[in-house]
Amino acid sequence: MKATLRGVALAILGVLVMPVSMMGHHGGASFDNTKEVTVKGTVTEWLWANPHCFLKVEEKDATGTVRIWNLEFGNPTDITSRGFSRRTFKVGDEITVSVTPVKSGAPVGRARIVTLADGTKL
Amino acid sequence: MRRVVIGIIAFVVLLGSYVAIRAQGPPGGPPPPPLVLSEVKWQPWSNTGLPRLPQTIPNDGPAPRRDLSGQWDSARGGIGARGSRGMPAPLTAWGEAKGKTHKSGDGIRMVDAPDINDPLSTQGDPGGYPRQLLFEMRHVQFFHTQVSVVAAFMWERRYRTIWTDGRALPTDPDPRWYGYSIGRWEDDTNFIVNSNGTDERTWLDNGGNPHSDQLRVEERWHRISQNRLELTVTLDDPKAYTRPWVASDKLQFVKIPDSVDYIEMMNAATEVQAVAAAFKAERELEKQAAPGR
Repeated sequence: MKATLRGVALAILGVLVMPVSMMGHHGGASFDNTKEVTVKGTVTEWLWANPHCFLKVEEKDATGTVRIWNLEFGNPTDITSRGFSRRTFKVGDEITVSVTPVKSGAPVGRARIVTLADGTKL
Repeated sequence: MRRVVIGIIAFVVLLGSYVAIRAQGPPGGPPPPPLVLSEVKWQPWSNTGLPRLPQTIPNDGPAPRRDLSGQWDSARGGIGARGSRGMPAPLTAWGEAKGKTHKSGDGIRMVDAPDINDPLSTQGDPGGYPRQLLFEMRHVQFFHTQVSVVAAFMWERRYRTIWTDGRALPTDPDPRWYGYSIGRWEDDTNFIVNSNGTDERTWLDNGGNPHSDQLRVEERWHRISQNRLELTVTLDDPKAYTRPWVASDKLQFVKIPDSVDYIEMMNAATEVQAVAAAFKAERELEKQAAPGR
């Protein structure tokens, strides 16, 4: 029985120490995947580039404090299939973005769903 | 011994369960419907490729003789974000030292995004060969001439000429980003490509595995049927690895209509450098939010 338990424990250990390439995904450790934040503001920059697209959104809270959010997207090929393009955003566009934020509290995150001014959701 | 076998079986079951669960996508999500190739709605311009391979291709015919021509899509199977699909052979001392200098965005040499030093994704250097086959190998189009087979890749809009006129590979080549390639038909459905002369500045794959200028690559393009193709890539680099190894085993491709236009997928130097700067700017924001972290 002891040896059987040892064998199973070894098996479980084997799964737990599998290479990062099987378990993880790049750059994910800094994000808080348990949280979702809604950012409502004005586009100040849209970088359409491999390997990642970036969007900057200026958010003004109720006190008038301004924060510039830096939001990561996937690569152009992958987000094109979700309806995005180089021309999706212009500086000055008013948008709402649901964001997976970073754990540090900095205005940095991964974009999940974007709602454009006309109500289109991407 | 019996108990060790039980332990191994338990490991395999756990591993299989893990892989099956991950394959299903987000928790609670249904599996996607089977893809029917004839029902794919292609856009006039900038198609991004098949989301997955079709399970069956009705009315698929036999492979034409000695012919790879046309457009082929791996349906995302060739993305290779974490590195080569095969397990690399052990590194030599040279290979270890070279590999330690590579800080990648994914795989076993993964670092935080601002610390990546991949010349492709931070400087805009060419991805090079054979990384072309092992990373973002989404779509390729083959053309045949009397003396060559030309492969045109969606990734970076690169092409390679594979000479079929019987010439030998150069014996002491000046390294090139995309090396030197010759090809021959082993039989009516297997096209074998041999290459050398690759530039050591390129990474072998997106996981930062290294290679030397002594690398020799064999590609086996097997035309399975009218609409299916598979690629196997074998590497032999005695300066960097202790033995040859298979970096990609039977990567599957499906034939796409000749009229399909694919999206442009580049790594422009200005753009990748802007992305690298954006990651560094994020790090500064994080330091300001959590000093000393």
